[in-house]
Amino acid sequence: MIQFFSKLDKRWIFLLMFLSVIIPIYIIGKTGLTFPEVPSVLAENTFNAIDELNEGDPILLAFDFDPASEGELGPMATSFTLHACKKKLKIYFIALWPVGPQMIDDNIEKVIMADFPHMVYGKDFVNLGFKPGNEGVIKVIVTDLRELYTTDDKGTAINDIPMMESINSIQDFELIANVSAGYPGTKEWVQYASTPYPDKIKLVGGCTGVQAPLLYPYIPDQLPGLLGAIKGAAEYEALVINKYGGEDPDPKYLEARRRMGPQLVAHIFIIILIIIANIVYFSERREAARK
Amino acid sequence: MNRHNIFWVILISLGVLILGNAFLSEYFPGSVYVKAVEVNADDPDHANQWTKYRNANPRDYIKAEAEDPNQVVYQFSLSRTIGVWVAALFTLFIFSFLYRDNPFYKIAEAVVVGVSAAYWMVVAFWTTIVPNLLGKLIPNTIKEWAMPGLEAEVEFLYIFPLILGIMLLMRLSPKGGWISRWPLAFIIGTTAGIRLTGFIHADFLSQIRNTIMPIWVADSSGMFDFWGSLRSLIIVLGVLAGIVYFFFSIEHKGWVGKIARGGIWVLMITFGAAFGYTVMGRIALLAIRLEFLMDDWLWIIDPGLKRLGM
Repeated sequence: MIQFFSKLDKRWIFLLMFLSVIIPIYIIGKTGLTFPEVPSVLAENTFNAIDELNEGDPILLAFDFDPASEGELGPMATSFTLHACKKKLKIYFIALWPVGPQMIDDNIEKVIMADFPHMVYGKDFVNLGFKPGNEGVIKVIVTDLRELYTTDDKGTAINDIPMMESINSIQDFELIANVSAGYPGTKEWVQYASTPYPDKIKLVGGCTGVQAPLLYPYIPDQLPGLLGAIKGAAEYEALVINKYGGEDPDPKYLEARRRMGPQLVAHIFIIILIIIANIVYFSERREAARK
Repeated sequence: MNRHNIFWVILISLGVLILGNAFLSEYFPGSVYVKAVEVNADDPDHANQWTKYRNANPRDYIKAEAEDPNQVVYQFSLSRTIGVWVAALFTLFIFSFLYRDNPFYKIAEAVVVGVSAAYWMVVAFWTTIVPNLLGKLIPNTIKEWAMPGLEAEVEFLYIFPLILGIMLLMRLSPKGGWISRWPLAFIIGTTAGIRLTGFIHADFLSQIRNTIMPIWVADSSGMFDFWGSLRSLIIVLGVLAGIVYFFFSIEHKGWVGKIARGGIWVLMITFGAAFGYTVMGRIALLAIRLEFLMDDWLWIIDPGLKRLGM
């Protein structure tokens, strides 16, 4: 048996991993089942940071991700937008990634246009689009937003947008919620926004799994709330839907929880693989020592 | 027939089945429908009016067609349907690398690289060169040509970025390559300066402050909070042990060696957590691609209830 596993073609593992992900997707897709989520403290902190805002407060939604990480980050971006809409906040979208504006447009179409058609562009939400310069952009707009943003994503002059009247820098926002797939992302928002201005800028974030361990050291002083990967998204989604989703929530707001099904099965498979691999490793080592 | 041929026979059979099923179905899987929305419909100046097409659920299209077969608000979109099929096929091309390297994977890889480079170039032109450089130097021309909303005055200071940019392009010149070193030095210097301040403030000083925490934690009623205290203790001891491991001025023997060994354990636990998160992230990425194939492309599942009644 040890020999069988030590010489196993890795493509069999790929096939089993493929099945362990696709079968739960099929079952959940057919039945609509979702897993119950118990929110962690970090998800609750993120939820509370938005939920404590008052109607009309400005919130900056910084979507720093692209289609490659949409599977992980799309659901939390959707939940952030839904939560802000339900709270009737003034939403300002921004992106430091070149494909970010498309992610913003998708979100606006999916949430605002579909379920909040009464919201008016320029009065209730605005898309400021993408600006190149990575952390340099944050460094500038933290004191003067108009230095870089003379128009919105559509080319409308900033001065012609009613909801921009009270915004001169990102210190004027009540909260920044960042969805981050890498560089630039939550780390840069912490370094150049929330750390230099701890009393004026409050930041919460959602990030990919790869980034999450690098951001934990900033909790709680520099980053009060963090949604780590799809698990964090599912917890936050559960909090938003439980409070604002009604009895029969739209399935598009349950994406993260649906994706926890394949996570469960694939994780069990990975754990089994790790155990088998360790048994094989130690057996071979013992065998080599005996020889 | 060897194993390699069996694999391809199975794969091609599956492809034929999928395509056969698609062409025989009442509704073509992977179809995308759009909703036509009139922009500025109330504007008396017809020049400001245009039609925008937004993605629509197939169920809305079916419903609209049932109510009025001549309606034009909901329409089938051929271009977006082709987009879904191309995305699906390219996903399969990339997946095929898991079996072995092959021409389909190479095609997908080359297209991704080419499209990304072109996309970056176009985005950089329209988001950097036009608004940030030309928009500052010749704002009126840019306003008339490309950005009607631009409100800016001529800023001659931006002549320096223009000169530095041209100097950077000298890298392409066989004899003037050395000229590009000056703007490159400027870029490296400013980037290093910006990043240095960020790291010193947010990562060095703030992290030291965050580690200075009470070991004796009291809850809201003033009573001893065991778990809070244990958490603080683990953080403080973990940080100290980790630092001792990286302190190489003293040989790691005796009690220093024991603490350094504790530091290794802290590092290993951190790497384990990072690995766990990475696994979760990668599975999520695989899940979304498979969900796309089964939902948007093949219409095998419908978790979003987009095709109810079809």
